[in-house]
Order: sequence, then C-alpha cells, then structure tokens
Amino acid sequence: MADEEKVKDPEVEETPSGESRPPLIKRLQVTLQPFVDKGKEDWNAVRDHKRTQLWKSVFRHKLDDTPRNRALAVLTNVFLHLHPAKVNRDAVRFRFTWGMGGLSLYLFIVLTITGVFLMFYYHPTKGQAYADIMYLHNDVPFGGLLRNMHRWAAHLMIITVWLHMFRVFLTGSYKTPREFNWMVGVILLVLTSLLSFTGYLLPDDQLGFWAVTVGTNMARATPLLGHEGPFGPELGITAYNDVRFALLGGSIVDSNALLRAYIWHCIAIPLILSVLLAVHFWRVRKDGSISGPSPVMLESEMKRPRK
Amino acid sequence: MDWHQLWVIVSAPDNIPIVAIVFLVPFFVWYGFRQSFATDRLIAKLEGDPKLAKVHHRKIEPYREGWEQKVHVWPYLLRVELLATIIVTVILMVWSITVNAPLEEPANPNLTMNPSKAPWYFLGLQEILVYFDPWIAGVLMPTLIIVGLIAIPYIDTNPLGNGYYTFRQRKFAILTFCFGFLILWLLLVLIGTFIRGPGWMWFWPGETWDHHRLIFETNVDFHEMLGIKSQPWIGLVGFLAVGLYVVVFGFLTHKLIVWTEFNRKIYARMTLLQYLTLQTLLVSMWALPLKIALRQLFRIKYVWVTPWFSI
Repeated sequence: MADEEKVKDPEVEETPSGESRPPLIKRLQVTLQPFVDKGKEDWNAVRDHKRTQLWKSVFRHKLDDTPRNRALAVLTNVFLHLHPAKVNRDAVRFRFTWGMGGLSLYLFIVLTITGVFLMFYYHPTKGQAYADIMYLHNDVPFGGLLRNMHRWAAHLMIITVWLHMFRVFLTGSYKTPREFNWMVGVILLVLTSLLSFTGYLLPDDQLGFWAVTVGTNMARATPLLGHEGPFGPELGITAYNDVRFALLGGSIVDSNALLRAYIWHCIAIPLILSVLLAVHFWRVRKDGSISGPSPVMLESEMKRPRK
Repeated sequence: MDWHQLWVIVSAPDNIPIVAIVFLVPFFVWYGFRQSFATDRLIAKLEGDPKLAKVHHRKIEPYREGWEQKVHVWPYLLRVELLATIIVTVILMVWSITVNAPLEEPANPNLTMNPSKAPWYFLGLQEILVYFDPWIAGVLMPTLIIVGLIAIPYIDTNPLGNGYYTFRQRKFAILTFCFGFLILWLLLVLIGTFIRGPGWMWFWPGETWDHHRLIFETNVDFHEMLGIKSQPWIGLVGFLAVGLYVVVFGFLTHKLIVWTEFNRKIYARMTLLQYLTLQTLLVSMWALPLKIALRQLFRIKYVWVTPWFSI
C-alpha cells in the first residue's frame, strides 16, 4: 500500500520503478497548469481590459454612453477640462463664435511645436543664423516644410486673433462681467503681434533686418525716453541710453539685437503669453462660460444703473 | 495697366495673408451683420408685442418646446473643434508645401531695401508715419489704440447687446469700432501693402513701381500758409488751431453721443470720467483721418510747430 502510493505520487521525483511514473508530457502539464491558469486569467483581463488596474489608473470613468460619462469624459481630462461639461446649445454653432478663439490657441500650439523643432537647427548669432536657415531650408529633411509652416501659422494666428476680437465686439461679449477678460485679450493681441515681429528678424535677411530697423527707429521718437522724441534730449537721452538702445542691445540692429529678439521670441513672450492665456481661459469659465447667444434684452427692460 | 506689377505685389508670399484678409474680413462683416439684422427684426417684433416678449425664447436660433438649453461638450462641441483643427491643419499643410516662406539676401546695413516695409500687420502704423511724426505714429497712436481698446468695456455704458449680435441696440459702439478697425486700421494696412511703392510713394494698383520717380510736392506748415514767420507766434497759432480742433470736434462728438433718444439714455448713465475718456479717445481718433485729409487736400505738413515737438 505504502509502496503503491509512493509510486503514484507524481510529486516524488526519484522513484526506482519507471513504469509506474506518469509520462513526461503529463508531468509537464501538471507542472505548468498553474501558469496556464494564470495566463488565461491575464488573457481574459486583456479581453476585458477596462477592468485592469492599468486601465483604471489611466481612465477614471466608464465608457458606456450615459450623461454622467459624457460629463466625466471632459471633466477628468486635463486637456479637455478647459471646457465645461455642458454648453449653451446655440453656442456650438459655427455662426456665433466663428471658432476664432479656439483656432488661435490651436495655431499657438502649432507654432510652439514647429518653433521648438526650428530651435534645434538655429544659432542666434550673426553670420551663422542666415546659414542655418539656408541649411534648414535646403538640406534638413522636411526643414522647408517646418519653416514654412511656422511662418504661415504665425500669419494665420494674427488673422484669427483679429477676427476673434471683431466677433467678441460684435456680440458685445466684453460687457459686464467680462470687462477684465477683454483687457487680457487686448494684451494677448499685442503679444501676438510682438511675437510675430520679434520672429521677423531671426532669419537675419534683408527683409527682417529692414523691417526691424524701421520698427525700432520709431522707438527713437518715444517722448521722454527716446533721443529724438519730444523732451528726450532735454532729459539727457542719447542714442546710447534710450529705449531703442534697450530693445536692440546697441545703437544699431546687430548681433545683440539678434540675440535679444531670439530670447524675447523663444522664451520671454511665449512664457508671458502662456500665463495670460491661462488667465484668459480661466476667466472665460469663471465669468459664466461664453457669452451667448443669450436671449435678447429689450430697451423697455433696461434697469436704472446701480450707483 | 501693368498687370505684372500688380501680380508681383499680390503674389509676394508675405502678402498672402493680406489677400486672404481682403476676402475674409468682408465675409465676416457680412456674416456678423446678417445675424445682427436678423436679431434686430426679432427685437422690433418683441418691442411691439409685449405679450409675445414674455413667452418668446428671444433668440434667432431655432427653438422647440422641451429642448434642453444646454448640450454636452462631449461630443457636440468637441467634434466641431476637432473638425476645425483638421481643416486648419490641411490648409496650413497645403499652404506650407506650395509656398515657401520668404528669405531675402543676408542682412546688409549698407544696402537699403526700397521700399522697406514693416511686417504687414504693422503697415497701418507705417502709413500713419506719412502724416505724423514718429513719436505720434509709432508711439502715441499704438498706445492710444491699446489703451482705447482696453477702455471700451469701461466706457460703454450701454447694457443692451450683451452676448448676441445686434446693430439697432448698439449703433454708436458698432459704427465707431468698425470705423476704427475697418477704415483706420485695415484700410491703411491695405494702402501700405498694395499702394505704397519705392520711396513710400503712392502707386495706384496697376501702375509700375518706378524706382526713379521723383515727386516735387512742397508740403507747407499751417503757419506758413498764414505768413507767420517767427516764434512764439508760430507756436501760438498752432496751439490755437489745435485748440480750435479739440473744441469743435469735442462739440461734434458730443452731438454724436447724444444724437438719438436712446443715445441720451446711455449718456445719462455715464460718469464724468467715462464721458471725458470717451471724448479724449474719440477726438484723438478723428484727428487721424482729418490730418490725412489736410495733407492730401492742402499739403499741410504740420499744424502746430514748437521747438520741442510738431503736430
């Protein structure tokens, strides 16, 4: 009895009589069964991947089409949470907003991405800068496309920003409670122009050089702070200490001006602009989402102003 | 007609955005005003029918009983945004593949570009340089534009037209803004792009840019027209002329502000500070087209000459 039991027990490895042992394949099966079971468990988990720890750690809500999940899809996503969960049904029409604000943001993102790639190929030094652009345009794979896209997206962004302002004016969206956000918007408009203008000099070609020369020459004439402006000379302002000198890092458009334009263009203005963009979007939400289309108010319903 | 010259200007890569604007801005002006007028018809109807005004949903957008006021962002807004970004990406791609960004010769301080133009979005300011000294055109005007834009919500005391297109309820504000944006800004940008040639001289579309053209225009100062030759009388006459302008145009602007019954209602809501800010900005704004007219019609260079500045 004791012997038989010993023989049948597959756990016992060193048995003298080979016949009574189960075949190797059987033994392997028995050994591997736990792994197979575990594997099946994992396979089932992959097929039902929405219940895995990995999935749940990334996505915080279920995907079945319920109002709750539609709201959560927006609210639990950092990129989408600029939006509210629900908007005015008439505001999603193209004809009210023209989509110009959103497109300005999209173009800013395009410009940031293409701009970073351009920075890999560019040295902001006199002589090297122009050569870098030539190299980028003629030898770098897709370099021309990259530069073109940066240039045209910049122009397009100016147009979308102008049209965005025009739309906001036409719909009276700057009125209470959105006065401050209009102010932020005006500053963003100015920064957009400055961003474009500082980029103009960077190829260091005739076009940029003379455009910036014309542009910064106006700074000579700043009242009080320019050496050719009203009351400038009276205050001891010269070409070597006026506001133009500060902009160019010298009295002519040269290597210092190139470096300054580069730093303003690639670091300072984008940073300031990003911060103000955050404020702009935040205020859009906090001031009651986008302004309309709201029900019309009649002249007969005008209230007395609060004093 | 020199069609080639026109083509050279229109097809310059950096001018593509302005050519686009020539079509885009009129389209969006039409698109916006069409909705304004539709809303205005609704407003007229509701003003005339108080009973209807109580039950009407008060929008030009379609409405049905039982419709939710709000819709989910996912998917109703996000799909529009996705579509818009895809369209813009395609436009950008095609544009970037077909047209190269401009790249001129390397910068050369000894070789002046003629005409040497600012980027197109600043050409309005460069055009103003013809009519005003740089401290006005390059510093004062931009500052006034920025400050003026920021001031708009604080000086517009009209509570109507908040969040919907309308013309009837905001005639003064909309006409003023359109005058500033479309005429004083965009039209000057277009002139700077399409009209100004070498030496910043005026070439009509189709005229050949003649680099050797000379124009003998003698611009005169206002005091010279009066035959006054010495300070302080020159300064005094100019001061009086500018003062007269401020008084007359301030008065006309006031007439404009209180033009209609409705305008007077809005005027009554203004504080003194709001009123004075509005007056200052508008009187400054009218000065630009007036100076352009004085230069083009009477060849007046300066109205007011002092030892420190000239206007």
